[in-house]
Amino acid sequence: MDLMEYQAKDLFAKHGVPTLPGDVAETAQEARAIAEEIGGPVVVKAQVKTGGRGKAGGVKLADTPDEAAERAGAILGMDIKGHTVRKVLVAQASEIDAEYYFSYLLDRTNRTFLAMASVEGGMDIEEVAATKPEALARIPVDALTGVDDAKAREIVEAARFPADVADQVVAVIGQLWTAFVAEDATLLEVNPLVRTPEGKIVALDGKVTLDENADFRQPDHAQLADVDAANPLEAKAKEKGLNYVKLDGEVGIIGNGAGLVMSTLDVVAYAGEALDNGRGGSVKPANFLDIGGGASADVMADGLEIILGDPDVRSVFVNVFGGITACDAVARGIVQALAMLQAQGEHFEKPIVVRLDGNNAEEGRRILDEASHDLVELIDTMDGAAGRAAELAAQGA
Amino acid sequence: MAIFLNQDSLVVVQGITGSEGGKHTLRMVASGTKIVAGCTPGKGGQTVDGGAGEIPVFDSVAEAVEKTAANVSVIFVPPKFAKAAVVETVDAGVPLCVVITEGITVHDTAAFFQYAENSGTTRIVGPNCPGLITPGQSNAGIIPADITRPGRIGLVSKSGTLTYQMMYELRDIGFSTAVGIGGDPIIGTTHIDCLAAFEADPDTDAIVMIGEIGGDAEERAADYIKANVTKPVVGYVAGFTAPEGKTMGHAGAIVSGSSGTARAKQEALEAAGVQVGKTPSETARIMRELMTARG
Repeated sequence: MDLMEYQAKDLFAKHGVPTLPGDVAETAQEARAIAEEIGGPVVVKAQVKTGGRGKAGGVKLADTPDEAAERAGAILGMDIKGHTVRKVLVAQASEIDAEYYFSYLLDRTNRTFLAMASVEGGMDIEEVAATKPEALARIPVDALTGVDDAKAREIVEAARFPADVADQVVAVIGQLWTAFVAEDATLLEVNPLVRTPEGKIVALDGKVTLDENADFRQPDHAQLADVDAANPLEAKAKEKGLNYVKLDGEVGIIGNGAGLVMSTLDVVAYAGEALDNGRGGSVKPANFLDIGGGASADVMADGLEIILGDPDVRSVFVNVFGGITACDAVARGIVQALAMLQAQGEHFEKPIVVRLDGNNAEEGRRILDEASHDLVELIDTMDGAAGRAAELAAQGA
Repeated sequence: MAIFLNQDSLVVVQGITGSEGGKHTLRMVASGTKIVAGCTPGKGGQTVDGGAGEIPVFDSVAEAVEKTAANVSVIFVPPKFAKAAVVETVDAGVPLCVVITEGITVHDTAAFFQYAENSGTTRIVGPNCPGLITPGQSNAGIIPADITRPGRIGLVSKSGTLTYQMMYELRDIGFSTAVGIGGDPIIGTTHIDCLAAFEADPDTDAIVMIGEIGGDAEERAADYIKANVTKPVVGYVAGFTAPEGKTMGHAGAIVSGSSGTARAKQEALEAAGVQVGKTPSETARIMRELMTARG
C-alpha cells in the first residue's frame, strides 16, 4: 500500500524524523485554520499518489491564511493524471539551502535491503541513476544487522554529505531505518531531504510503501487505506477477499493462480488485437481476477458476481486448470454459482466461455454440457477459448 | 538423478497438524514421498495419519532430524510463524527447506533468507510457491503429481498453475524435476539456481523456464543461459498486459516505472537464444517439437 505524502510525514514524525509543521485539510476552511495555526507563509500541496503535482498546478505558496484557503479551494477537486484531489497538505513554507535524496528499499536482485542516497536531491532520482550514477550511493543493508550508527556513517560518507550536516544526517537515517523496520515498509523515500538556512535537516516530502502482508502485526495500517480513490469494483472484490484488478477492456477474466490469470489476460489481448471494441480500439481484458487454487462454488459465485456487475464487461472467460481441485469440482462450482446468482435475482445475459483442463477435465466438461446453460460455452483449449471470448466481446460492441 | 529432490529425500512437514499440512501430507505420501516426521511445537509425541501409516510429530525440527534423519523440510505454517520455522530448519542443518506459506512479510523473508545464507547449510525454495516434484520419486509441496509422469524435461517457474499447465500439456514426454520457485519479491531459489542444476543433471535434456513481470530475475537468467547453459531452453513470460504499478496476484508481480516488464524479459531471453512461446500452449508445442526431434 502506497501512502500519501501527509501520511508519510506523520509516519516520519512518529519515529522522530524532523519534519515541518503542517496538517491535512479536506476543505478550504480547514486549510485556513491550519495556516493560522502555523503562522507565516505556507505551501498547499495536493495529496495524490502520482508524480508531477507541481507542473499540474497542485502545489502553491500562500502568504496568508486567506490565501491558503483560496489556494486549497482551487486545488481540492482538481484532476491530476486521473486522480481527483480530495485532500491537501498545508505545511510551513521553508527556505531551502540544499536538497538531498534518501531512501531505503528492497533490492530484489540481491535479496536484501538497500540504502540509496544522493546530495543531488529534489529531482527525479531515476534520472540521476540513469544519467549520473556516480552521484547516487547505493549501500546494501543486511536484513539481520540493519542500520546502526556505524552503518549510517558509512552511508553518509559514501553519498558525500557535507561535513557540517553529517552528524544530523546520520541521526535521521537511523530514525528512518527504525521507521522502515517498525512499520514493515518496503519503500521509504525522502525526496527532498533538505538543509534549511539555519542548517537544520528536515524531511520535506516522502513516499512510503507498506507491506500489506504485515497487517496482522500492524493494526494501525488499515486506517491508512485510501478508500475514496479505490475503484468500486476493486473495493467490493477486496471485501470478498478476492484478488482483483480492474483493467480497461471488455472481456471479464476469472482464473485460478496468479500466473495463469496473467497469462490469460495476455492470450485474450493477442486474440483481440485484430477485433474492434466499438470505441476505437481492440478487444482487451476487463480485469485480473485470481480465485486461487480451490476454485469453490462460493468463490466462483463471488467472482462471477463482481465481473458480471462490471458495465464494461461484454463477455466472460473462465479459465481454470484443475490441479488439486479437479475439474469436476470446478464445473459443479460454476453450475452452482450460476444457480446461486440467478436465485439471488441477478439478471445477466453476458456470454461465458469456459475452458477446463487438467485433472478430471472430461468429467468436468460433461457436467457443464449436461447443465447446458444458455450462456455457457465450453471450449477445450486456452487459446481457442480466449479467441472465442474476444470474438463475443467484439460482437457485443 | 533429477535436481534437489529424489527417492532418498526424507521429508519433515512443519505445520502437519494444520488442515493444509495434513491434507497435503496425504497427497505427498500418495505420490511416493517419504514423509518421516511432522513438526508442531507443543504437539510432540502425537502422530498423524500418513495414509500408509502413522507419522510421528515432534516439538522441534532438530528433534525430528535426530530421530528420523529428515533432510527436507516442507513448511505449511501460517505466515506469522514462518520465519521461526525457517530459522529452526536452518539451525537443524536441514539442506532443503520448501516454504509453501503465502503472505509472509518482506522483512521476515529478507531476515530468514539472510539467516540461511549466513549458515550456508540450507537451500530455501519459495516462499509462496507450490514446491518441487521429481515425478515418480518424491513430491515436496502441493504440486498435483498425477497430471504428469517422469521424463527428461526440467521446469522452473514463478507460477504454480502455469507449472501445472505445462506439466499437463507435456505429460506424455514427462519431467525430470519441476520447481515452483514462487512469486514473492524475495525468493530463496532462483531461475539461475535451477538452470545451473538442470544443466549439470544427466537426467535432464531440455529446460522450460516460466517467468512473469516484476524484478529482473528473467533478464539475469538470460545472461546466465547465454554464458553457461548448453541444453536447449524454452521460455514463457506472463504479464504483457499488466498495467504499471499494480500488483497482479503475486506480491512480486508488479511493473515499477519502466522496469520489470514482460517485453524486456522476453527480449532478453530471445537475445540469449531462448525460444519464447507467445502462449503457454505454444511454449509446450515448441518444447514438444524439440524433444521429438531429439528422438
